[in-house]
Amino acid sequence: MAPILSVRELTVRFGERTIIQNLSFSVERGENVAIIGPNGAGKTVLLRALLHLLPYEGVIEWAQEAKLGYVPQKIAADRQLPLDVNDLLAAKARLLKLPKQNVRPVAERVGVSPELLDSSVGVLSGGEFQKALIAFALLGNPNVLLFDEPMASLDELTEEHVYDLLRDLQHEQHLTVLLVSHDLSVVYQFATNVLCLSKGKPCFGPPTEILTPQNLEAIYSAPVKFHQHHHE
Amino acid sequence: MTASGEIYGVVLALLFAVAAGLVGSFALMKRMLLASDVISHVALPGLGLAFLFGFNPILGGGATLLLGTLLIWQLQRKTGLATEAMIGVIFAGSVAIGAVLTPKQDLVEALFGKFESLSLPAFLIGVAAVVLVIAVISRFKDELILGLFSPELAAAGGVKLDRLNLYFLMMFSLSVLVGLRFLGALLAGALIIIPATTGRRLASDLSHFLIASCSVSLLAVASGFAVTHFLLPKYSPGPVIVIISAALFMLSLLKKPARA
Repeated sequence: MAPILSVRELTVRFGERTIIQNLSFSVERGENVAIIGPNGAGKTVLLRALLHLLPYEGVIEWAQEAKLGYVPQKIAADRQLPLDVNDLLAAKARLLKLPKQNVRPVAERVGVSPELLDSSVGVLSGGEFQKALIAFALLGNPNVLLFDEPMASLDELTEEHVYDLLRDLQHEQHLTVLLVSHDLSVVYQFATNVLCLSKGKPCFGPPTEILTPQNLEAIYSAPVKFHQHHHE
Repeated sequence: MTASGEIYGVVLALLFAVAAGLVGSFALMKRMLLASDVISHVALPGLGLAFLFGFNPILGGGATLLLGTLLIWQLQRKTGLATEAMIGVIFAGSVAIGAVLTPKQDLVEALFGKFESLSLPAFLIGVAAVVLVIAVISRFKDELILGLFSPELAAAGGVKLDRLNLYFLMMFSLSVLVGLRFLGALLAGALIIIPATTGRRLASDLSHFLIASCSVSLLAVASGFAVTHFLLPKYSPGPVIVIISAALFMLSLLKKPARA
C-alpha cells in the first residue's frame, strides 16, 4: 500500500529566502510523526505547504482517502467578532453537510462544555480556544491530523487529556498524526518517527535514532538538556 | 410621476435597507469599511458621465462600480501596505474625476441622491438585485464566517477565499447600486456601514447581530421617508435617512457595549 503522504524534493521560498529545501519523506497510515527544529526552521511552513496553503516546488502527494484535520498554532482571531464557538462548529458542520447533532459529541470528546460552546470566541482563554480548535479539526472525522504545537496554551492536565484523546482516536480510527512540538519528552514518548528541520540537512527516522544528544546539538545549534529514557 | 411609481421607489428602498444591513454586517466583520466606502464613491465618475451625456445614471454608476470592484478585489489579493495606500488613491481620485465630469447643476444630486418614482420594470430589476444579494450572502454565510474567523482554517477546509471575496464584493457593489439613486454616491455606502455598526453595539452573537443590523437599517429608511414625506417635503430623503441612522447609532451608545 502506498504511504498516506509522500513528499519529494519539497522546496518552499518566501521571495529570496528559502525556508525548506529539497525535503523528502513519507508517512505511513497510523504513524505519529513529530516535526522538530529551532524557531524559523520552517515547521509551520511545512504544515501549511502540506495543506496546500502556500506555493511550493516539488511533490506533495496525499493518498486518495486522506481527510485532513488541522489545528493551527495560534489564530489571530478578531476578538470583536460576534461569533460563539457553536457558530464556528455549526458553520463547519453545515459546510461538510453533517447533521447538527454531530457537533455536541465532538465538542464533549475534547472537553468543550455546553457553556463553552455558547461563549464568544473573544472571551476564551488560551486553553479554551485551543480546545475549540481541536474540536473544530476533529469535526467530520479526519483520518490525518496536523497539529501545530497543540499543547502550547494548554495546562498540564488538559495536555494529558489531549494526548489520551489522540491515542484513543488512533486506536479507534487508525489516525495518522503529524505533530509540531518543542517538547522533546513528548516527542520521545509519542512519535513513531521524527522529522527534524534545521539549517543543516533535514533528518527523518525513529526517535531513538534522531533524538541523540549529538543530533540535537546539531539541530538546535546548542547543547540540549535531554536524557533518553528507555521504557520497557 | 405616478403614485404607484412612488410606492415602488419606497418599497425598493426598504428592501435595499435589509440587503444593506446584511451586507454591512459582513463588511464590518471583515473590517473592510474603508474598501467599502471606496466602492460607493467609485460610482461618482459613472454618474458624472451619465449626467454629462444624458444616459441612465444607473448604467453609468453600475459600469464604474463594476470596474472599481474588480480593481479593489485585485488590490485585496495583494498584501502589504500598498493596498491601503492604493485604496486611498482610488477614493480621492474617483471623487475628483466625478466632480470634474458631473455638470455643476447635477453634482448635488449625484453626491446626495434624489428620490424618484420607478417604472414597473425598473422596480422589478431592483427587487431581483436585492433578492440576489440576500440569497448569495445567505448561501455563502458559512464560508464567510470561517473566512472571518481564520482565513487559514477556511482555506484548509477547502473554502476558495479569493472567489468568496469576489462574490462578496460583487454583492456589496450591487446593493450600493440599488441605493445609489436615492442616497447618492457619497451616502450610498453609509447605509451599509452605519446600521451594521449600530447592530454590533446591540448584539454579541451572530444571529442577533444580523437581525439588529437589518432592523436598524429598515427603521432608518422607513422613518427617513416618513419624515421627508410628512414633515420636510422640501428635502431629499437620502441625507435625512443617513442622519437618522447616525442618530440611532448615537442612541445605541447609551447601551453598555456588547461583550468584547
